[in-house]
Amino acid sequence: MPQQLVRLSILFLTLLAALVIARSYLVPATFGEIGHYRTAAVAANASQPLVYAGREVCEICHTEQAQKFAAARHQSLSCEVCHGAASGHVEAPSDRKPPAPRDRGYCPLCHGYNPSRPTGFPQIDALTHNPGSPCIKCHDPHAPEPPRVPQECGACHGEIARTKAFSSHVTLECTQCHEVSERHKVDPRASTPTKPKAREFCGTCHAAGAAALEEVPQVDLTSHWPRYVCWQCHYAHYPEVR
Amino acid sequence: MNRLIQIEKKPANAPEENSVARREFLKQCLRASPLLVAIAHVAAQEGAETAAEDSPAEEHSYGMGIDISKCIGCGRCADACKTENEVPREPYFFRTWIERYVITTDGEVTVSSPNGGIDGFPAAISERGILRTFFVPKLCNQCANPPCVQVCPVGATFTTEDGVVLVDKDYCIGCRYCIQACPYGARFLHPITHTAEKCTFCYHRIRNGKLPACVEVCPTGARIFGDVRSMASPLTRFQRLNEVAVLKPHLNTNPKVYYANLDGEVR
Repeated sequence: MPQQLVRLSILFLTLLAALVIARSYLVPATFGEIGHYRTAAVAANASQPLVYAGREVCEICHTEQAQKFAAARHQSLSCEVCHGAASGHVEAPSDRKPPAPRDRGYCPLCHGYNPSRPTGFPQIDALTHNPGSPCIKCHDPHAPEPPRVPQECGACHGEIARTKAFSSHVTLECTQCHEVSERHKVDPRASTPTKPKAREFCGTCHAAGAAALEEVPQVDLTSHWPRYVCWQCHYAHYPEVR
Repeated sequence: MNRLIQIEKKPANAPEENSVARREFLKQCLRASPLLVAIAHVAAQEGAETAAEDSPAEEHSYGMGIDISKCIGCGRCADACKTENEVPREPYFFRTWIERYVITTDGEVTVSSPNGGIDGFPAAISERGILRTFFVPKLCNQCANPPCVQVCPVGATFTTEDGVVLVDKDYCIGCRYCIQACPYGARFLHPITHTAEKCTFCYHRIRNGKLPACVEVCPTGARIFGDVRSMASPLTRFQRLNEVAVLKPHLNTNPKVYYANLDGEVR
């Protein structure tokens, strides 16, 4: 074999060996076993300690509360929503007691009025709703019930009530246009109020020639957009709005 | 009618025959009982085995469903996430957060997220009329085709076999490429460890049969967690019963966080 080939192959072999040795040092253990990552990282992520115990763990000891809770309006809540993460309490039940929020600051996080919340979600204005009293004075957080059925629609539909107060429809009762069942007051979503189904309903005042005050605008129902119900275009709680 | 009466009469006509049959039956039951116990024991063991077999990661592909129409913006999810995962409390670091969208009648869209929604949102006040307003919980979309994993130069972020994108804290070099690459802004650099951080679907919880902390505490059930591969999972049911959409579908990231009742303005 020519000498230069021997020298070259020695050089190549040395480089190859250096590469293999360097690789064994640089590539971490368990890298590339499943994919382009350290397999041990999966276990490292999975071994993080639990902080929230989970509702099912609370229910093992607090069976009575759990039963009461399961039938109440807050049934979809986890205990730890209000009482905080409770893994510590599970490990040392008597040493680490979970806190319970008793001031007015906590409940409005969910139940304070905010127009971005979905319609029908029970909300109050924390500034005007019995100021100074803690929520738990009237409401049992484990089985919350409205203390009494809302008397006026505005208790829940505050924004509509406030809007209507500035409109020319201010004198109209809600029930003039909406049929509301008793059930709606205690279970709003189970029975929703009706809306006028026919144009003739608005027409009792607003049709041309109907008996009404002079300032009530009137249109000819047969020619004025006959295919639509009035409230599809006119916002009845504030009819002046464009 | 006649047939019914006949059937009822039959035992009365042959009482002796019937009692013998009953005695025989009970005897046989007694003889068979050790066998039954054995069968039950084997069945229980098999059940345990299938439960253990369930856990191999490659059989799952975890995802989340979010129903916008149920989110009340209370921020308990963002708060629980910080508690569970020791995310720094400063208002710049979030694994999950809530955005509020306010769309006015002139078409202007305002998105806000004060402290991720943890302290609640002020009641929206706008001089112009509000057309629509709602809350959108955001988190890592756990993409099936994740750009963050593609760009990581060292393989410190990766998709597990059960479809969760994780970060290898011990191996991350803190180069921030993944933070730049994420089209959902779901990643941040941890101010102390200087490694990339993101939502892990609470990997330590889901591997132990628990729900992610945000799903656990969501008071209205706006967040649904489950396995997209299992027909019995709550997530599959959620997808079946809702019209679902994902964020930025045009980027072909294939997110596994599915939104129901998603407004077209949400980015």
